[in-house]
Amino acid sequence: MAEADENIRFHEMFHIEGGNFTNAGAISSQVKKILKGAGFSSKLIRRTSIAAFEAEMNVICYANQGNLSLFITPNFLKVVVKDEGIGIPDVNLAMSEGYSTANEKIRELGFGAGMGLSNIKKNTDEMILTSKPGQGTHLEFIVYLDQQANE
Amino acid sequence: MTLREIRDILTAEVITGDADLEKEIKYGFAADLLSDVLSLARGTGVLTLLITGIIHPQVIYAGNIFDLGAIIFVRGKRPAEETVKLAIENQIPLLVTSYIMFETCGRLYQHGLKPSIPKVKNG
Repeated sequence: MAEADENIRFHEMFHIEGGNFTNAGAISSQVKKILKGAGFSSKLIRRTSIAAFEAEMNVICYANQGNLSLFITPNFLKVVVKDEGIGIPDVNLAMSEGYSTANEKIRELGFGAGMGLSNIKKNTDEMILTSKPGQGTHLEFIVYLDQQANE
Repeated sequence: MTLREIRDILTAEVITGDADLEKEIKYGFAADLLSDVLSLARGTGVLTLLITGIIHPQVIYAGNIFDLGAIIFVRGKRPAEETVKLAIENQIPLLVTSYIMFETCGRLYQHGLKPSIPKVKNG
Protein backbone atom coordinates (compact mmCIF):
# COMPACT_ATOMS: atom_id res chain seq x y z
CA MET A 1 0.00 0.00 0.00
CA ALA A 2 1.23 3.49 -0.84
CA GLU A 3 2.81 5.37 2.01
CA ALA A 4 0.96 8.42 3.20
CA ASP A 5 3.88 10.07 4.93
CA GLU A 6 5.27 11.46 1.69
CA ASN A 7 3.81 14.69 0.38
CA ILE A 8 0.90 14.83 2.77
CA ARG A 9 -1.05 17.93 1.83
CA PHE A 10 -3.64 17.57 4.51
CA HIS A 11 -4.15 15.46 7.57
CA GLU A 12 -6.92 15.48 10.12
CA MET A 13 -7.79 13.00 12.84
CA PHE A 14 -11.28 12.54 14.29
CA HIS A 15 -12.13 10.79 17.53
CA ILE A 16 -14.95 8.21 17.40
CA GLU A 17 -16.86 7.28 20.54
CA GLY A 18 -17.95 3.65 20.54
CA GLY A 19 -21.61 2.95 21.26
CA ASN A 20 -22.70 6.53 20.69
CA PHE A 21 -25.18 6.31 17.84
CA THR A 22 -26.58 9.82 18.20
CA ASN A 23 -24.09 11.42 15.85
CA ALA A 24 -23.04 8.33 13.96
CA GLY A 25 -22.21 9.51 10.47
CA ALA A 26 -21.12 12.98 11.54
CA ILE A 27 -17.42 12.30 11.00
CA SER A 28 -17.98 10.94 7.49
CA SER A 29 -20.01 14.06 6.77
CA GLN A 30 -17.02 16.15 7.87
CA VAL A 31 -14.73 14.07 5.66
CA LYS A 32 -17.07 14.74 2.77
CA LYS A 33 -17.08 18.46 3.53
CA ILE A 34 -13.27 18.60 3.57
CA LEU A 35 -13.02 16.72 0.27
CA LYS A 36 -15.67 18.92 -1.31
CA GLY A 37 -13.81 22.01 -0.11
CA ALA A 38 -10.63 20.62 -1.64
CA GLY A 39 -12.41 20.43 -5.00
CA PHE A 40 -12.28 16.68 -5.70
CA SER A 41 -14.73 15.07 -8.14
CA SER A 42 -18.11 14.08 -6.76
CA LYS A 43 -17.49 10.42 -7.59
CA LEU A 44 -14.23 10.36 -5.65
CA ILE A 45 -15.85 12.17 -2.75
CA ARG A 46 -18.73 9.72 -2.73
CA ARG A 47 -16.54 6.60 -2.83
CA THR A 48 -14.34 7.86 -0.02
CA SER A 49 -17.25 9.11 2.09
CA ILE A 50 -19.22 5.85 1.76
CA ALA A 51 -16.18 3.85 2.85
CA ALA A 52 -15.57 6.30 5.72
CA PHE A 53 -19.23 6.04 6.78
CA GLU A 54 -19.05 2.24 6.90
CA ALA A 55 -15.78 2.38 8.86
CA GLU A 56 -17.17 4.95 11.29
CA MET A 57 -20.25 2.81 11.89
CA ASN A 58 -18.08 -0.24 12.54
CA VAL A 59 -16.19 1.57 15.31
CA ILE A 60 -19.43 2.86 16.84
CA CYS A 61 -21.07 -0.58 16.66
CA TYR A 62 -18.20 -2.76 17.81
CA ALA A 63 -15.51 -0.76 19.63
CA ASN A 64 -15.09 1.24 22.82
CA GLN A 65 -13.38 4.05 21.00
CA GLY A 66 -11.30 4.77 17.96
CA ASN A 67 -10.11 7.39 15.57
CA LEU A 68 -10.36 8.09 11.88
CA SER A 69 -7.55 9.90 10.07
CA LEU A 70 -7.87 11.43 6.64
CA PHE A 71 -4.74 12.04 4.55
CA ILE A 72 -4.72 13.93 1.27
CA THR A 73 -1.66 13.48 -0.93
CA PRO A 74 -1.05 14.52 -4.57
CA ASN A 75 -1.87 11.01 -5.77
CA PHE A 76 -4.38 9.51 -3.42
CA LEU A 77 -6.69 9.87 -0.47
CA LYS A 78 -5.99 7.63 2.48
CA VAL A 79 -8.16 6.89 5.48
CA VAL A 80 -6.82 5.07 8.54
CA VAL A 81 -9.25 3.86 11.19
CA LYS A 82 -7.94 2.38 14.43
CA ASP A 83 -10.08 1.22 17.28
CA GLU A 84 -9.89 -0.33 20.70
CA GLY A 85 -12.56 -2.94 20.66
CA ILE A 86 -13.46 -6.58 20.54
CA GLY A 87 -11.53 -7.08 17.31
CA ILE A 88 -12.31 -9.52 14.52
CA PRO A 89 -11.37 -13.19 15.10
CA ASP A 90 -11.59 -14.17 11.40
CA VAL A 91 -10.98 -11.27 9.01
CA ASN A 92 -11.74 -13.31 5.88
CA LEU A 93 -15.08 -14.40 7.27
CA ALA A 94 -15.90 -10.82 8.30
CA MET A 95 -15.15 -9.66 4.75
CA SER A 96 -17.75 -12.00 3.23
CA GLU A 97 -21.05 -10.35 2.32
CA GLY A 98 -23.87 -11.10 4.70
CA TYR A 99 -21.70 -12.24 7.60
CA SER A 100 -22.58 -10.20 10.67
CA THR A 101 -22.24 -10.31 14.43
CA ALA A 102 -24.48 -7.27 14.94
CA ASN A 103 -26.79 -7.23 17.94
CA GLU A 104 -30.48 -6.25 17.97
CA LYS A 105 -29.77 -2.59 18.68
CA ILE A 106 -27.52 -2.24 15.67
CA ARG A 107 -30.05 -4.01 13.46
CA GLU A 108 -32.89 -1.84 14.71
CA LEU A 109 -31.00 1.12 13.34
CA GLY A 110 -30.91 -0.49 9.93
CA PHE A 111 -27.28 -1.55 10.08
CA GLY A 112 -25.55 -4.85 10.67
CA ALA A 113 -26.47 -6.57 7.41
CA GLY A 114 -22.89 -7.73 7.01
CA MET A 115 -22.23 -5.55 3.97
CA GLY A 116 -19.95 -2.92 5.50
CA LEU A 117 -16.45 -4.29 5.00
CA SER A 118 -17.15 -5.61 1.50
CA ASN A 119 -18.69 -2.24 0.68
CA ILE A 120 -15.50 -0.50 1.81
CA LYS A 121 -13.53 -2.79 -0.51
CA LYS A 122 -15.90 -2.06 -3.40
CA ASN A 123 -15.59 1.67 -3.03
CA THR A 124 -11.82 1.88 -2.60
CA ASP A 125 -8.72 0.95 -4.62
CA GLU A 126 -6.72 -0.61 -1.80
CA MET A 127 -7.81 -1.87 1.58
CA ILE A 128 -5.94 -3.48 4.45
CA LEU A 129 -7.68 -4.86 7.51
CA THR A 130 -5.85 -6.34 10.47
CA SER A 131 -7.25 -7.19 13.87
CA LYS A 132 -6.26 -8.65 17.19
CA PRO A 133 -9.23 -10.13 19.05
CA GLY A 134 -9.70 -8.40 22.36
CA GLN A 135 -7.45 -5.50 21.40
CA GLY A 136 -8.80 -3.78 18.35
CA THR A 137 -8.93 -3.37 14.61
CA HIS A 138 -6.80 -1.44 12.15
CA LEU A 139 -8.28 -0.53 8.78
CA GLU A 140 -6.64 1.45 6.00
CA PHE A 141 -7.98 2.29 2.60
CA ILE A 142 -6.81 4.31 -0.36
CA VAL A 143 -8.63 5.93 -3.24
CA TYR A 144 -6.38 7.04 -6.10
CA LEU A 145 -6.98 10.42 -7.64
CA ASP A 146 -5.80 9.67 -11.18
CA GLN A 147 -8.12 6.68 -11.73
CA GLN A 148 -11.16 8.85 -11.32
CA ALA A 149 -10.69 10.45 -14.71
CA ASN A 150 -10.92 7.07 -16.44
CA GLU A 151 -14.19 6.00 -14.89
CA MET B 1 -41.07 14.96 -11.83
CA THR B 2 -40.81 17.73 -9.30
CA LEU B 3 -40.92 17.50 -5.52
CA ARG B 4 -44.25 19.32 -5.71
CA GLU B 5 -45.69 16.54 -7.89
CA ILE B 6 -44.31 13.89 -5.54
CA ARG B 7 -45.91 15.69 -2.62
CA ASP B 8 -49.26 15.82 -4.42
CA ILE B 9 -49.18 12.21 -5.69
CA LEU B 10 -48.57 10.95 -2.15
CA THR B 11 -50.57 13.62 -0.29
CA ALA B 12 -47.32 14.11 1.58
CA GLU B 13 -46.21 16.84 3.92
CA VAL B 14 -42.95 18.67 3.38
CA ILE B 15 -41.41 18.98 6.85
CA THR B 16 -38.25 20.91 6.03
CA GLY B 17 -39.73 24.38 5.86
CA ASP B 18 -39.16 26.24 2.63
CA ALA B 19 -37.77 23.39 0.52
CA ASP B 20 -37.54 24.06 -3.23
CA LEU B 21 -40.61 22.24 -4.53
CA GLU B 22 -39.54 22.72 -8.15
CA LYS B 23 -36.53 20.47 -7.56
CA GLU B 24 -36.36 17.77 -10.23
CA ILE B 25 -36.45 14.12 -9.17
CA LYS B 26 -35.99 11.33 -11.73
CA TYR B 27 -35.04 8.24 -9.74
CA GLY B 28 -36.18 6.40 -6.65
CA PHE B 29 -34.55 4.00 -4.21
CA ALA B 30 -36.54 2.33 -1.43
CA ALA B 31 -35.03 0.58 1.59
CA ASP B 32 -35.50 0.17 5.30
CA LEU B 33 -31.95 -1.02 5.82
CA LEU B 34 -29.25 1.63 5.77
CA SER B 35 -26.78 -1.15 4.99
CA ASP B 36 -28.63 -1.61 1.69
CA VAL B 37 -28.69 2.10 0.98
CA LEU B 38 -24.94 2.32 1.58
CA SER B 39 -24.07 -0.71 -0.51
CA LEU B 40 -26.51 -0.28 -3.39
CA ALA B 41 -27.09 3.43 -3.81
CA ARG B 42 -23.69 4.27 -5.29
CA GLY B 43 -25.13 5.56 -8.54
CA THR B 44 -27.69 7.80 -6.91
CA GLY B 45 -27.44 11.52 -6.45
CA VAL B 46 -29.19 14.83 -6.68
CA LEU B 47 -31.94 13.43 -8.91
CA THR B 48 -32.77 10.58 -6.53
CA LEU B 49 -35.50 10.27 -3.93
CA LEU B 50 -34.89 7.89 -1.02
CA ILE B 51 -38.08 6.18 0.14
CA THR B 52 -37.68 4.79 3.64
CA GLY B 53 -39.16 4.15 7.05
CA ILE B 54 -35.86 4.90 8.82
CA ILE B 55 -36.16 8.14 10.74
CA HIS B 56 -32.96 8.29 12.81
CA PRO B 57 -30.26 10.88 12.00
CA GLN B 58 -28.05 8.35 10.20
CA VAL B 59 -30.40 8.45 7.24
CA ILE B 60 -29.63 12.16 6.86
CA TYR B 61 -25.87 11.59 7.17
CA ALA B 62 -26.13 8.85 4.55
CA GLY B 63 -28.29 11.12 2.39
CA ASN B 64 -25.66 13.80 2.65
CA ILE B 65 -22.95 11.42 1.50
CA PHE B 66 -25.03 10.45 -1.53
CA ASP B 67 -26.11 14.05 -2.25
CA LEU B 68 -29.69 12.78 -2.30
CA GLY B 69 -32.32 14.97 -3.91
CA ALA B 70 -34.87 14.31 -1.17
CA ILE B 71 -36.05 11.74 1.37
CA ILE B 72 -39.66 10.65 1.88
CA PHE B 73 -40.65 8.82 5.07
CA VAL B 74 -43.40 6.25 4.59
CA ARG B 75 -46.04 4.82 6.96
CA GLY B 76 -46.46 8.26 8.52
CA LYS B 77 -43.08 8.04 10.23
CA ARG B 78 -41.86 11.39 11.43
CA PRO B 79 -38.27 12.12 12.47
CA ALA B 80 -37.34 14.07 15.59
CA GLU B 81 -36.88 17.83 15.38
CA GLU B 82 -33.07 17.46 15.62
CA THR B 83 -33.09 15.17 12.59
CA VAL B 84 -35.18 17.66 10.62
CA LYS B 85 -32.70 20.40 11.56
CA LEU B 86 -29.84 18.24 10.37
CA ALA B 87 -31.61 17.76 7.03
CA ILE B 88 -32.16 21.51 6.67
CA GLU B 89 -28.46 22.14 7.42
CA ASN B 90 -27.55 19.63 4.73
CA GLN B 91 -30.18 21.01 2.33
CA ILE B 92 -32.02 17.70 1.98
CA PRO B 93 -35.79 18.16 1.68
CA LEU B 94 -37.84 15.75 3.84
CA LEU B 95 -41.40 14.60 3.17
CA VAL B 96 -43.79 12.43 5.16
CA THR B 97 -46.55 10.29 3.65
CA SER B 98 -49.09 8.02 5.29
CA TYR B 99 -48.85 5.51 2.47
CA ILE B 100 -46.93 2.29 3.06
CA MET B 101 -43.72 1.72 1.13
CA PHE B 102 -45.32 -0.53 -1.50
CA GLU B 103 -48.05 1.98 -2.30
CA THR B 104 -45.57 4.88 -2.28
CA CYS B 105 -43.28 3.13 -4.76
CA GLY B 106 -46.21 2.00 -6.90
CA ARG B 107 -47.70 5.46 -7.22
CA LEU B 108 -44.37 7.06 -8.06
CA TYR B 109 -43.50 4.33 -10.58
CA GLN B 110 -46.89 4.78 -12.22
CA HIS B 111 -46.12 8.46 -12.62
CA GLY B 112 -42.81 7.76 -14.34
CA LEU B 113 -40.22 7.71 -11.56
CA LYS B 114 -37.43 5.28 -12.49
CA PRO B 115 -35.39 3.05 -10.16
CA SER B 116 -31.90 4.34 -9.36
CA ILE B 117 -30.74 0.78 -10.04
CA PRO B 118 -33.23 -1.83 -11.29
CA LYS B 119 -31.49 -4.93 -9.90
CA VAL B 120 -28.36 -6.08 -8.12
CA LYS B 121 -25.51 -7.72 -9.99
CA ASN B 122 -25.18 -10.78 -7.79
CA GLY B 123 -28.48 -11.93 -6.48
